[in-house]
Amino acid sequence: MAESVAGASADHSPDPSRRDFIYIATAAAAVGGVAAVVWPLVDQMNPSADTLALASIEYDVTKVALGQQVTLLWRKQPLFVRHRTPKEIAEAENPIDATSGQPIPISALRDPQADSDRVKAGKSEWLIVVGVCTHLGCTPNFGEGPYGGYLCHCHGSIYDTSGRIRAGPAPKNLAVPDYSFLTDSQIKVG
Amino acid sequence: MSGPSTYEPKTGIERWLDTRLPIIRFSADLLDFPTPKNLNYWWTFGGILAFCLVTQIVTGIVLAMHFDPSGAGAFLSVQHIQRDVNYGWLIQGIHANGASMFFLAVYIHMFRGIYYGSFKPPREVLWLIGALIYLTMMATAFMGYVLPWGQMSFWGAKVITNIFGALPVVGPSITTLLWGGFTVDAPTLNRFFSLHYLLPFVIAALVALHIWALHVPGNSNPTGVNVKDKSDTVPFHPYYTVKDGFAISVFLLLFASFVFYMPEALGHVDNYTPANPIVTPPHIVPEWYFLPYYAILRAVPNKLIGVFAMLGAIGCVFALPWLDRSHVRSMRYRPQARMYFAIFCVAVLILGFAGAKEVDDPVINGFAGFTFIDSNINSWVWVSRICGAYFFAYFLGILPFLLPLTEKTLPVPETISTPVLSHPAAAPAGAAAAPEMKG
Repeated sequence: MAESVAGASADHSPDPSRRDFIYIATAAAAVGGVAAVVWPLVDQMNPSADTLALASIEYDVTKVALGQQVTLLWRKQPLFVRHRTPKEIAEAENPIDATSGQPIPISALRDPQADSDRVKAGKSEWLIVVGVCTHLGCTPNFGEGPYGGYLCHCHGSIYDTSGRIRAGPAPKNLAVPDYSFLTDSQIKVG
Repeated sequence: MSGPSTYEPKTGIERWLDTRLPIIRFSADLLDFPTPKNLNYWWTFGGILAFCLVTQIVTGIVLAMHFDPSGAGAFLSVQHIQRDVNYGWLIQGIHANGASMFFLAVYIHMFRGIYYGSFKPPREVLWLIGALIYLTMMATAFMGYVLPWGQMSFWGAKVITNIFGALPVVGPSITTLLWGGFTVDAPTLNRFFSLHYLLPFVIAALVALHIWALHVPGNSNPTGVNVKDKSDTVPFHPYYTVKDGFAISVFLLLFASFVFYMPEALGHVDNYTPANPIVTPPHIVPEWYFLPYYAILRAVPNKLIGVFAMLGAIGCVFALPWLDRSHVRSMRYRPQARMYFAIFCVAVLILGFAGAKEVDDPVINGFAGFTFIDSNINSWVWVSRICGAYFFAYFLGILPFLLPLTEKTLPVPETISTPVLSHPAAAPAGAAAAPEMKG
């Protein structure tokens, strides 16, 4: 017994590597434990499974008359389904500056994107965009503004007939959701 | 807290308690706290704010007994409170207008602090805790405004939460976390209710720290001169309990005139339309107490910079103790600083006015103007830009750089008592110098 006590006290001599290992391991376990407890408390605020389950809708686009727009509710947000006139399509494909009246290249737009990348091939009369202004989330008004696209009344963002941002504080084009034509007239969004 | 305790337990039970939990000593010392004898009515807003916080918590707890924090029920339950609950119209009216009164008082309290240099050493931590209280108040008020779930509630929530979406990298995750969905929806309302109930108690805890931090150096005062000895102070009770009580009574006149005669004057009619996620009201504005920040946000034609400008404006408030470094505390003795401060007050008022206007409304009717940096020169955007520029110039240019170079301050009195005694209209000197001795 006496020998083992003497041996134990010899172990108390400084042994930095073993001590450090124990301190670091303890701290790491504590941090990991706290993180494991905190994460569920944070993640509960993210969208729940039933909210995520209501993520896609179908719609018959032929219900929209030429030159008009229907606003659907998709993921609790407005979704614009716009039946564009040939003139609107031409303006979207070859953008013109409203003040000078001169054509401007796509690359000169604030968020450069060709109209063909924003509609489905051969379906350019249908513009389908999320009706949420990319500035602070208001719903832009149909057909208003110098480009005949959209005008957001909250802070004056102006979009063209392709839903691209042309003036005002918004940084991005109106978002094009993931969608596909199931038939010639039926679309599935989301 | 400051100075030795003067409390002497008189009865046996007081002596017994004093050695176990000296809570009576604590309260007695608070009431007896030596306070500068020259505090004017601008100093009563601390007491008024404490009154406002208690009012909001008491009425809020009662309202929570009748409110239904669900997407389908929130709007109707607020109507139920206003129409059917016994005295619900009164309690809801006090709570809704109480938020505005709270902000009115806090703004006066803050401007008083800026004018009299109450944030200067050794009171920087006191100021920082106050700024934190103000920030928490803004979060609480914003979430409370969402709860009636009308159109203005909904779209206000949408715009404000989207402000966080502008932050690089983390923005979208933060907005999703706030929303609990793809956009503002019923889950958002529910969590805002939970947080709206929580935050007032956080404010109460911060207020306790604020008072603690106040009682270490003691109150500042209109001369900005440190308290030199006991003749510069009076006990808090009865002198300032009575003065604060009188100020609260006068403040209540204003409060009551809103609650009883114009309960909706500070609200928006759009909030009597239930929330509709498809239609944005034609003109959305925040509550009046956020308008100056809103004007700064709208003045910048770039989303991210606009958001940073708005957050920066709040940041300036926090940084103030390190921006205004003049050794003279009170602007009474800083005529030049006083002039810039006056312009600052006007600029903030104009910013508030501009924030309530439509972006493209002309300032002068009939003047066409021309477009410069995305906006017409004759629009409220440009008014906001000019006043916003002054806002930042005041905090980041005038206070830290211009004034130290150009300022000539007036002589500061020796003691708090000096200006009172030397005042030509002063009453017999003894009366002013030692009012606490007059029984």
